[in-house]
Amino acid sequence: MQELINIFVKSIFVENMIFAYFLGMCSYLAVSKKVNTAVGLGAAVIFVLGITVPVNYLLENYILKEGALSWLGPDFAEVDLSFLSFIMFIAVIASMVQLVEMIVEKFAPALYGALGIFLPLIAVNCSILGGALFMQERNYNTIGEATVFGLGSGVGWFLAIVAIAAIREKIRYSHIPAPLRGLGITFIVTGLMGIAFMAFMGIKL
Amino acid sequence: MAEVQEVKKERESLFSKKNRKLITDPLNDSNPITVQVLGICSALAITVKLYPALVMSLSVLFVLSAGNVVISLMRNLIPNRIRIIVQLVVVASLVILVDQVLKAYVYDVSKELSVFVGLIITNCIIMGRFEAFALGNTPWKSFLDGLGNGFGYAWILLTVAFFRELLGSGQLFGFQIVPESWYLSEGGFYSNNGLMLLPPMALITVGIIIWVQRSRNTELIEEN
Repeated sequence: MQELINIFVKSIFVENMIFAYFLGMCSYLAVSKKVNTAVGLGAAVIFVLGITVPVNYLLENYILKEGALSWLGPDFAEVDLSFLSFIMFIAVIASMVQLVEMIVEKFAPALYGALGIFLPLIAVNCSILGGALFMQERNYNTIGEATVFGLGSGVGWFLAIVAIAAIREKIRYSHIPAPLRGLGITFIVTGLMGIAFMAFMGIKL
Repeated sequence: MAEVQEVKKERESLFSKKNRKLITDPLNDSNPITVQVLGICSALAITVKLYPALVMSLSVLFVLSAGNVVISLMRNLIPNRIRIIVQLVVVASLVILVDQVLKAYVYDVSKELSVFVGLIITNCIIMGRFEAFALGNTPWKSFLDGLGNGFGYAWILLTVAFFRELLGSGQLFGFQIVPESWYLSEGGFYSNNGLMLLPPMALITVGIIIWVQRSRNTELIEEN
């Protein structure tokens, strides 16, 4: 249990997808003009990460990893399909995103309209594939740990995009040098937030 | 006779003005990173040192131009509804190729880049160019467009890496640039700025590049 909580807190604060690895920056920069849409996209990312990371974990451990196919019989014990992992992960992600899109369209049409093009773009949101690849690299022991890692990364991403959206709503009233307006100041503010988040690095988990 | 002349009119030289613009435009006026805001995801974490940044740039350049050509060749065959999947499959296969080559020849760098090679798949520049350009243009033009955008991406990456490595560890490509005698431990006045090695400084460096670029080219200034 403690291990799970550690992974959760770590993936939200210490190894935050945005501030420590810059994953999912494109949609982070494009959709963070208003808090409402930011909350919608953030929730979608939590959901997709929470589903795809455990699914990819199963895929990795029972099909792709070296020796993972041994459940098929001794002949398959030495098969190593790990070079296929990119293409398998992206296929899982694309189909899951399709599923989420259908669900959102059915149950929250207003949100669907607000997200527009960005919902299908979650498929190419680096944080989702990044979550799966980090899961593969860090060798989590159980599917529970993988799920918690996925959810935690999603929550961290949510936190980051909502915070920057709130800052950008207010920053409109400040006097910024003209060439720095819009994109430039967003980059710099994100950098400063990243430095603030570095404070969590000292926590030993 | 008339027919021959018509054909001649339609043919465009390989490096006509329009084609050259395909390469030069993304370098500055429509730079993928600083203007179109694409592909930042997998880029910045590997800019601590110049060498991995160079390898990353070359990989993206290859995937982008080759993918553009492939998509452009298939553009009349791809059904509209499943084009995203087709594009992802093309990118993923090219990236697997790059990943295996890197693992075989420069294993250290491929370890250093870790998950970021895989993340070329979700690099928005690539999908963006497929969608916006390769689906509607001839292979040669798409190739040039891929090259242009790849170089536009590369120069930002290399500039950021240059400043981060120089200020952060006093080296370039792993060679000592700042003289040893300048350092405090040797009785000098200089010390490396450790902050440059941390991730947030990549963002701030890009912010400054954007600032410089937009004050030179005021047309790019945004509303807010």
